[in-house]
Amino acid sequence: MMLTRLKHDRTMAEAVRGPGGSRVDLLAVAGMVAPGAKVLDVGCGDGELLRLLVETRGVDGRGIELSREGVNECVAKGLAVVQGDADTDLADYPDDAFDYVILSQTLQATRQPRVVLEHMLRIGRHGIVSFPNFGHWSIRLQLLFGGHMPQTDNLPYDWWDSPNIHFCTIKDFRQLCRVAGAKIEKAMALNAWGRALRFNAPWWFWNLLGEQAVFLLSRKA
Amino acid sequence: MVEADTVTLDPVDRVREADNPHSPVVRFGTDKPLRLDAGIDLCPFQIAYQTYGTLNAQRSNAILICHALTGDQHAANVHPVTQKPGWWETMVGPGRPIDTERYFVISPNVIGACMGTTGPASTNPKTGMPWGLDFPVITIRDMVRAQAMLLDYLGIDTLFSMAGGSMGGMQVLQWTTSYPSRVFSALPIACATRHSAQNIAFHEVGRQAVMADPEWRHGRYFAEGTNPRRGLAVARMGAHITYLSDAALHRKFGRKFQDRDNLTFSFDADFQVESYLRHQGSSFVERFDANSYLYLTRAMDYFDLGEDCEGVLANAWKDSPTRFCLISFTSDWLFPTAESRAIVHALNAGGARVSFAEIVTDKGHDAFLLDEPELLAIVRGFLDGAAKARGLLPPARR
Repeated sequence: MMLTRLKHDRTMAEAVRGPGGSRVDLLAVAGMVAPGAKVLDVGCGDGELLRLLVETRGVDGRGIELSREGVNECVAKGLAVVQGDADTDLADYPDDAFDYVILSQTLQATRQPRVVLEHMLRIGRHGIVSFPNFGHWSIRLQLLFGGHMPQTDNLPYDWWDSPNIHFCTIKDFRQLCRVAGAKIEKAMALNAWGRALRFNAPWWFWNLLGEQAVFLLSRKA
Repeated sequence: MVEADTVTLDPVDRVREADNPHSPVVRFGTDKPLRLDAGIDLCPFQIAYQTYGTLNAQRSNAILICHALTGDQHAANVHPVTQKPGWWETMVGPGRPIDTERYFVISPNVIGACMGTTGPASTNPKTGMPWGLDFPVITIRDMVRAQAMLLDYLGIDTLFSMAGGSMGGMQVLQWTTSYPSRVFSALPIACATRHSAQNIAFHEVGRQAVMADPEWRHGRYFAEGTNPRRGLAVARMGAHITYLSDAALHRKFGRKFQDRDNLTFSFDADFQVESYLRHQGSSFVERFDANSYLYLTRAMDYFDLGEDCEGVLANAWKDSPTRFCLISFTSDWLFPTAESRAIVHALNAGGARVSFAEIVTDKGHDAFLLDEPELLAIVRGFLDGAAKARGLLPPARR
């Protein structure tokens, strides 16, 4: 189990960056967070998103990170981060403890995505999930014509040493939301250049052309 | 803890240090007793302390340092008895993580100790003799209560932060539950919310070693002109092993011989590790009081923060306003990481703001006293973040 976004972690290392130098997927996540909110970033890596949220949205941010190096790096930056495992430690948090619980590029690395998503909706009034869309056309083509597990700039791992053990497509994720009782408040898909796809495009279009997806969720009443 | 001193201190000198130390002292009279958990009012009593840096006009930059079992108030100055550097000079000082150019650092000697704060080596005003075993048994909470009285005296309402390892960490934890609103941020390092059975067991062995020394005389060694050096040295040797780790001992000493090429077929210190421990024992007795050792180990044994809140630790920190940073060390088997993790779980359940880092080192429990770059970076980063939240400006850079 790895939830790391570290120097040695290559996932998203080549991700497109916005004008301020921040990764576009992180900017998309940050755009969904209300200023001043209380936020828990699960799998916060070296703290890039938490720092962005603190600096641009003025949030009260906390983090959980599995890798010791990531945690120590975050704490040395003054971020409130604890060493822990999304699969086991979310159970310790009380209901409604946060305004937002964020799984930024983390869900696909958990052992039990459904359990993690359910905890997320219990602990936070909102959940934000970003993940690489396995339904993207380039991934489909690699499997169809290459006959091998797909690799992209954002997912450069060989299949045997990838931390990402539960890939899904945008379509799959919507199914999980239904099963887990999550209401989709907002969703967006980013293309290979980090630009948001047309807002009113049909889901199949996003699922084919979106390289990453970001969902804002809440609990179904 | 780690030191290598050779100064021999006469017992009379030690009593002098206990009553009239090389530190500022606050004396509390009979009108200001220290209410002890044992149900006794201790008065008069005194607290010896060191300070470093300057208190700002808003009185908002104070950091309290809490020392460990065999530490004292001399955290960042030359020790007046041993002439050695302060025990936390890597951490506290100008430009250090606990930066004395930015913060006002207060380092008191705890109740029960022997470096100027009232303890069993201090003179009992009723008899004119050292307290010895007539001194009441004290607890971590008593130490903290006394420290709060010191802060009141100094006119400091809220601490910007506080830090301590081991028994010092216990004091930090106690502070955050006894006086949560007075602690803006807290750094409990290598500690636990209660002393484990194994740790109580080690302490008991140490105490029995002291008490088995015929020179201990039921704690009346000052009056009888004796000194239980051997007992205290053995206690120290045993305890010192628990502060290190198998790997560190092996790295440092292995099976290397001490100033000889062969085994002597005797009980001399053939091995370097034996010689090292003997030195640790004999140097310790020159600066520490045997009865203090009994009282302070007891205080640690009695520590159980969960007891105050019916076993539910999370209640101890419900809605705590304090920003926490817990730190543990991988090779610490006295206060293993699991103990810190339990605190983190309780803090999270209580909704507190907490950071927690485990540092990889083979140096064991004593790592908190040593030059561990990651430890220093984490403390610095945590305090910087807290200072920003508190509105403390960084000092003009040198």
